Order: sequence, then structure tokens, then C-alpha cells
Amino acid sequence: MFLAQVVGTVVSPVQIQVLDGHKLLIVRPVKPDGSATGKTRIALDKAQAGVGDRVLVLDEGNGGRQILGDPKAPVKTIVVGVVDYVDQNGRVVYDHRKSGGRA
Amino acid sequence: MYLARVTGRVVATQKYPGLTGVPLQWIQPLDEHGKAMGAQLVACAVISAGPGDLVHYVDGREAALACPETFVPVDAAIIGFVEEAVANGVRIGRS
Repeated sequence: MFLAQVVGTVVSPVQIQVLDGHKLLIVRPVKPDGSATGKTRIALDKAQAGVGDRVLVLDEGNGGRQILGDPKAPVKTIVVGVVDYVDQNGRVVYDHRKSGGRA
Repeated sequence: MYLARVTGRVVATQKYPGLTGVPLQWIQPLDEHGKAMGAQLVACAVISAGPGDLVHYVDGREAALACPETFVPVDAAIIGFVEEAVANGVRIGRS
């Protein structure tokens, strides 16, 4: 799993059936300090996240299929949590309440 | 899963039997600004899309699960047509 910033949304009217009814978010992987790292992905939202939120993203197929309860779902990237704060070596490096909240 | 733009088509008459009838397309992965991210690749088109269209695709083992036949040698599959993507307040649309 990795930390990511939700930067946008995706509207997809035609897609495979297992994705129907789910929200798709554009997530940019970030380090705890907020600097970008890795490739921008599209993730299925399972944590009621929104644009501006710092989230926890699962990018692995088997876990994804378990979350959806479908052993054949071709889904990999899923938002599984909204981050409250990140503590690194005893120092709070990210705090949701101080980040200004949702954009 | 990633955002991408379809840039072209690939036609292969002879291919692995389980892939018969599955179109192949050239796609360019995009970042949140709609700019190219990494190299172009070939993906199976599970939903219909054409050059210029914005799509999202899945890579790895899950790509094969999206195909009609699920035990096929595929590592990227287009699983959705994107009408509109908005990132940082900027719209990424069809070119």
C-alpha cells in the first residue's frame, strides 16, 4: 500500500460491469511530506474519499478482488483509507486537520 | 489502473487462440495533467474505444481477468471509456 493525494475524478460511462456504481479517483502517490513519487493512477474509491484528501491506496489484485468479493474482478488499485496523520520518527509529518482539508 | 489515450490500432491476424476477437490498441499512459507518462504500450480493448479516446486500463495479471477468456497471455487491458477526467480543477478530455 502507499500514500497518495487525491487530485481528481474520472467519469466513465462505458466500463466493465464490476466497476459500475463505484467512484473512480485520480490519485498521485506522495511521500509523507507531500512531494510526488511514482506514477499517477486511477483508483476505485472504497473509503468515501474526495479531491484533496490524503489516502491509503492498495495496488494489488488479490486484495482488490477480496474487497469487491468477486474472484474474477479485474481491479487492482483501490482507495482503502483516508489518512488522519502520519508520524515519522516521533514527528508528525502530515496532519489532515492542518492541511486545510478537502480542496 | 491508469489513465491513457488511445493512439492507434494493432492488427494481428495470427495470435494466441484465446485472444481471437479481442482488438489490440496502442495506448499512451497519461499523468494527472494529461501529459504522456512513460512509454506507449499495446493493450487489449475489452470495451470499444478508438484513436483519440481517453480510457482507463489495468495492468498485470488482472488484465487477463478482464478478457472474455481469462487464462490468456495479456498484461494490459482497457476496461473503461473515460468521458471526462478532472484533476486539479483542469479538465482532461478527448483530443
